[in-house]
Amino acid sequence: MEQAVRHEHAEGQQHPVAIYLWIWALLFIFSTFSYLIDYFHLHGYLRWSLIITFMLLKAGFIVAIFMHMAWERLALKFAILIPPLVLLILIGLMAVEGDYTFLTRLAAFLR
Amino acid sequence: MAENVLTPAGDSTSALEGLPGVVSDWSADKQAFPVPWGKAMMWIFLLSDTFIFTCFLTSYMNVRISTTVPWPNPSEVFSLNIGGTRIPLILIAIMTMVLITSSGTMAMAVNFGYRRHRANTTALMLITAAFGATFVGMQAFEWTKLIREGVRPWGNPLGAPQFGSCFFMITGFHGLHVSAGVIYLTVVALRVWRGFYDRKGSYETVEIAGLYWHFVDLVWVFIFAFFYLW
Repeated sequence: MEQAVRHEHAEGQQHPVAIYLWIWALLFIFSTFSYLIDYFHLHGYLRWSLIITFMLLKAGFIVAIFMHMAWERLALKFAILIPPLVLLILIGLMAVEGDYTFLTRLAAFLR
Repeated sequence: MAENVLTPAGDSTSALEGLPGVVSDWSADKQAFPVPWGKAMMWIFLLSDTFIFTCFLTSYMNVRISTTVPWPNPSEVFSLNIGGTRIPLILIAIMTMVLITSSGTMAMAVNFGYRRHRANTTALMLITAAFGATFVGMQAFEWTKLIREGVRPWGNPLGAPQFGSCFFMITGFHGLHVSAGVIYLTVVALRVWRGFYDRKGSYETVEIAGLYWHFVDLVWVFIFAFFYLW
């Protein structure tokens, strides 16, 4: 690995094949688990927490290893990974807004 | 490639790591990102694409929270009859596997590209493109099936009318990205085959195409979790 990191600037991102194969296998395993959540009809918080966990694991491995983000300099990591965090505000606002719309609809339809 | 190496070879600030590295990269009056410009631009494009797809998924969340009509159960909507038994969500599971397989072949293509294995890189990129085309084909099948069942952007017989608009918008936009990726990968693969990047002296374009392709897979991870499994 150290060798590969030192090579990086001479010949782009070059890493041992084994790490790609491991991540590839892990992605298959996580996807299978995600599918089994649905297949076995898990419900409620267990279902949602498992879906989110496998989703984040898969997304993290794709970005870190397949897209080589783990080996980039911190300045590039910050520039690409921090801006999307503002989207959490949008998601939070829209969730509140959705709840409000739902309640006003209920109030209007039940009248 | 020479112009992309950490700018001045003897510059002591370029060797800093961690937070001091961030400060020196931004403030030392030099190129901030020590990567090929095409790669930095692809990352910034993907960043903007992240915002677009998040807007779609957020609006989907919003309409799904606010509807008073039950949301159609994706597990049943996307089930298939295979050999007399109804298997839930099976087509989507296969599509997910196809896309992950293609991501793996793409990662291997990038690896072989930097090792200057021209034939292997070309073959793996074309295989990746073929998996992508398979994915789009399966998506076309899925769209046809749902349209035949009466799902429209403005309504459907299964439940909340917003289901159709979310489905067609999100999967349609993702499918568009996959289709564009298939063309992009094919073009780059043919250039690899003709030795274009050997003459140029750098295989970074293969890695940049790979970034785009992995992003398409990344978006599908989120669509799979939020639209199909939730």
